[in-house]
Amino acid sequence: MGVNGNLMTVAFDNPISQNEVGYACRGDLRLKSEVIRIRGKNAEMQVFEDTSGLRVGDLVEFSSRLLTVDLGPGLLTKIYDGLQNPLPELAEQCGFFLQRGTYLPALDRKTVWEFTPAAKVGDVLRAGDSLGTVPEGIFKHRIMVPFRLQGALKVEEIAPKGSYDLNKTVAKLKDERGVAVDVTMVQSWPVKMPIKCYSERLRPEEPLTTKVRIVDTFFPVARGGTYCIPGPFGAGKTVLQQITSRYADVDIVIIAACGERAGEVVETLREFPELTDPRTGKSLMERTLIICNTSSMPVAAREASVYTAVTIAEYYRQMGLNVLLLADSTSRWAQALREMSGRLEEIPGEEAFPAYLESVIAAFYERGGVVRLNDGSTGSVTIGGTVSPAGGNFEEPVTQSTLKVVGAFHGLSRERSDARRFPAINPLDSWSKYKSVVDEKDVELARRMLRDGNEVNQMMKVIGEEGTSVDDFVVYLKSEYVDAVYLQQDAYHEIDAATPGDRQKYVFSVIVKILKTKMKFENKDSARKFFQQLMQVSKDWNRTAMEVPEFKAIEGRIEKMLAEVTDYA
Amino acid sequence: MHKVYHQIESVAGNVITVKADDVTYGELAQVTSNFGTSLAQVIRLNGSMVSLQVFAGSRGISTDANVRFLGHKMEIPFSDSLLGRVFTGSGVPRDKGPEITENKIAIGGPSVNPAKRIIPRNMVRTGIPMIDVFNTLVESQKLPIFSVAGEPYNPLLARIALQAEVDVIILGGMGLKHDDYLFFRDILEQNGALSRSVLFIHTAADPTVECLLVPDVSLAVAEQFALQNKRVLVLLTDMTNFADSLKEIAITMEQIPSNRGYPGDLYSQLASRYEKAVDFDTAGSITILAVTTMPGDDVTHPVPDNTGYITEGQFYLRNGRIEPFGSLSRLKQLVNNKTRKDHRQIMNTMIQLFAAYKETLEKRSMGFRMSEWDAKLLRYGERFENELMELSVNIPLEQALDLGWQIMADCFEPAETGIPTKLIDEFWPANRKAAVKA
Repeated sequence: MGVNGNLMTVAFDNPISQNEVGYACRGDLRLKSEVIRIRGKNAEMQVFEDTSGLRVGDLVEFSSRLLTVDLGPGLLTKIYDGLQNPLPELAEQCGFFLQRGTYLPALDRKTVWEFTPAAKVGDVLRAGDSLGTVPEGIFKHRIMVPFRLQGALKVEEIAPKGSYDLNKTVAKLKDERGVAVDVTMVQSWPVKMPIKCYSERLRPEEPLTTKVRIVDTFFPVARGGTYCIPGPFGAGKTVLQQITSRYADVDIVIIAACGERAGEVVETLREFPELTDPRTGKSLMERTLIICNTSSMPVAAREASVYTAVTIAEYYRQMGLNVLLLADSTSRWAQALREMSGRLEEIPGEEAFPAYLESVIAAFYERGGVVRLNDGSTGSVTIGGTVSPAGGNFEEPVTQSTLKVVGAFHGLSRERSDARRFPAINPLDSWSKYKSVVDEKDVELARRMLRDGNEVNQMMKVIGEEGTSVDDFVVYLKSEYVDAVYLQQDAYHEIDAATPGDRQKYVFSVIVKILKTKMKFENKDSARKFFQQLMQVSKDWNRTAMEVPEFKAIEGRIEKMLAEVTDYA
Repeated sequence: MHKVYHQIESVAGNVITVKADDVTYGELAQVTSNFGTSLAQVIRLNGSMVSLQVFAGSRGISTDANVRFLGHKMEIPFSDSLLGRVFTGSGVPRDKGPEITENKIAIGGPSVNPAKRIIPRNMVRTGIPMIDVFNTLVESQKLPIFSVAGEPYNPLLARIALQAEVDVIILGGMGLKHDDYLFFRDILEQNGALSRSVLFIHTAADPTVECLLVPDVSLAVAEQFALQNKRVLVLLTDMTNFADSLKEIAITMEQIPSNRGYPGDLYSQLASRYEKAVDFDTAGSITILAVTTMPGDDVTHPVPDNTGYITEGQFYLRNGRIEPFGSLSRLKQLVNNKTRKDHRQIMNTMIQLFAAYKETLEKRSMGFRMSEWDAKLLRYGERFENELMELSVNIPLEQALDLGWQIMADCFEPAETGIPTKLIDEFWPANRKAAVKA
């Protein structure tokens, strides 16, 4: 009927449903698309691929399914595009470029998995309950009763311990109405619906250590919580996410590279297999899954990519694991919505974003959380999304709608990144509703010091250094000191890059002691000189492993330096 | 034989609409009217109404013009005989050479599978300390030069092109002044680089739609060279003109504008071009350097803003110098650990000190008393500006690093720089001399 960019208008005869998947056929080419609006006898569909070559009169096949993902063993270590096509396999088939209309199965059906049954014949189960397990890398992957089934299900047959491929029926169940269901190790689930097979949702309380000091100590994230990182370009959003994906204390990390640079994904893709996970001693890739729909890949699939990622995260949560989903960047996804909304000629909201932007973002972040599963164990999905506000101005629709629904806000600032103070999280504007790894009282003290130091600094800009008292000047120097040796972290230094929770507690207590110390200086120049030296020693301290004797030696030096300036009066 | 249509339903801006059947989306057509012939591309299908974007502009198109659909997308010939030649955005020779018709390739092809990319690992040496030391350029990087109109961005681009070790240079000029086009051609020729260059030039006087084709054509050709194992450098100037052409077409098509009149898909449009920069697994590479002029020196303007989110850093050109603040090469960390072990430290420390110098300047301008520390910073800042920032400085990286140490040693005590003790012991000029003596 009509084509306009990636929007296609189709006339249909048989009933179709909203969000149903269809394929536009042109010769052998089949282009995946999704119904997004129905008007009378016309359906408007977004095509997940480049539409050139389509012509009026081409047929569209409807699949009578919504957009779904395959869930089963073998997902980890995979690299998918937004529609769950495995990219390395695509490369084998198509070479350097992504050929449109090529769809491959997400999971290799022929791979054999070692199945150990957990349920017995006669057991009565519910959706999401475990039927058995297979080993997947370092995890025990639960094979669960398909989430789509309802009510109580009786196990009629279950396969004995042994190796099976994904096509093999491992269990036969009978539901309340007596309908028999064959279960394989793979199930599919529509991406836009949350998986709800758990007994209750809990409050996120346990801290998730990311090993970034400013995050864990000052603006912590909880397991099952949500946080966002807005920032102008070049402020280090992606680097911060990469560090988190490496060091975060969770079982599984899912990276959704949504509409960002391909180069960044490649770094993860090529480096992770070689890095070892300090928790398990295995390759980091074994706990990682990458969904990548980079900026030059089809726009419509961007939206799909974040949903694909969160659905897979929920699936692993159902096994009682802690999953971290990193979405970079949610603004690109919002822009994809805006492009589509524009083509549909909807009445635009602020900055031409659609009016439903806020509810869509809220629904996405609400898919994070800690849940108690039916068997009593808990699992969590933590969502961290970056936001790329236009012009670095946080007063824009995507940032504002995100801030309403997340539990922590790590705002990056241009001033800090220009001054090479990384991570460039602004310590004065950011906030978190979760619990810190260190004592809250100490954090409050440090925060006050940062605020006061900032005030003194502002004042000095007006009245000059000579008009400032030595005491005020020391406050300013102390705040600069906290900033330099604790808030700032060298992402590329072997030891400084990751500070575990214990070390944070230890180091922070020393820093708090320094902040509390009353100091006496002759004049401002001597104060400045003292802090410059203290800073250098402390930075050396940050670069020293906690286990080596030098660590204690440097600590001794810091204490000695401190004793020299302490005002005992 | 292709059908010819005569009935033009509407002409608006550079977009014409005809009633036609069996037309595919994205197809090319030839539009002939009394005032000449031009190519056009299908940009919307709505029932039997077909909207076409006319490359040469719609001026002079009559309601009974001939529209002949060609049944294929925009293509460009590709062979080694392109080297040393100059073309327009639609691939017509602009020099006096013969037309090339062999081996046509489609433009605006699909994107590279991320699984086939590799992590960039080679530094591109430029001899400009502000780039080599502080924001190293890396092979396969995409980097814009943000600049105000009037800055010497084109000479900078040309200088990088000539000094960089690459196999093929492709220049895509959009909305260039004719003088600038001649400047590029002459400078490439004088330095003997024209024979490994291909130029696609759209000048300010040419039709708008051709401006849109320049990046696609340049990058399609670059891609082919890269697949032949060549290291290709693509220079695009000026991408703001490209974005403005996009805006013009979008408004003509009655699209809802999102920000200052630019279409909502500006980000995706720019990204699909910039993302062609690649280091192929088992083949060559494409490095993109693009000029983005900032209207009113405003980096939050939609074009530089969206560009910044796409590219791997940016160079700010201001007052004839590359600004250390704001300029950034995101890929520098991949290469600057292999150059010399003091490289990163020099890079960070010198910038931090320079930031302190800027603060001191501010204080001085407000008439505050200068402390001893301020005096040191002032001395440092001036030398930094004159000896490293000047664009005329042309020294290799190693020499620039040594110079950095020397400037710091002349101005500061070691502890004042905050450099780790180990590096001070090894590189601080006084220590180095002592080591040589011992």
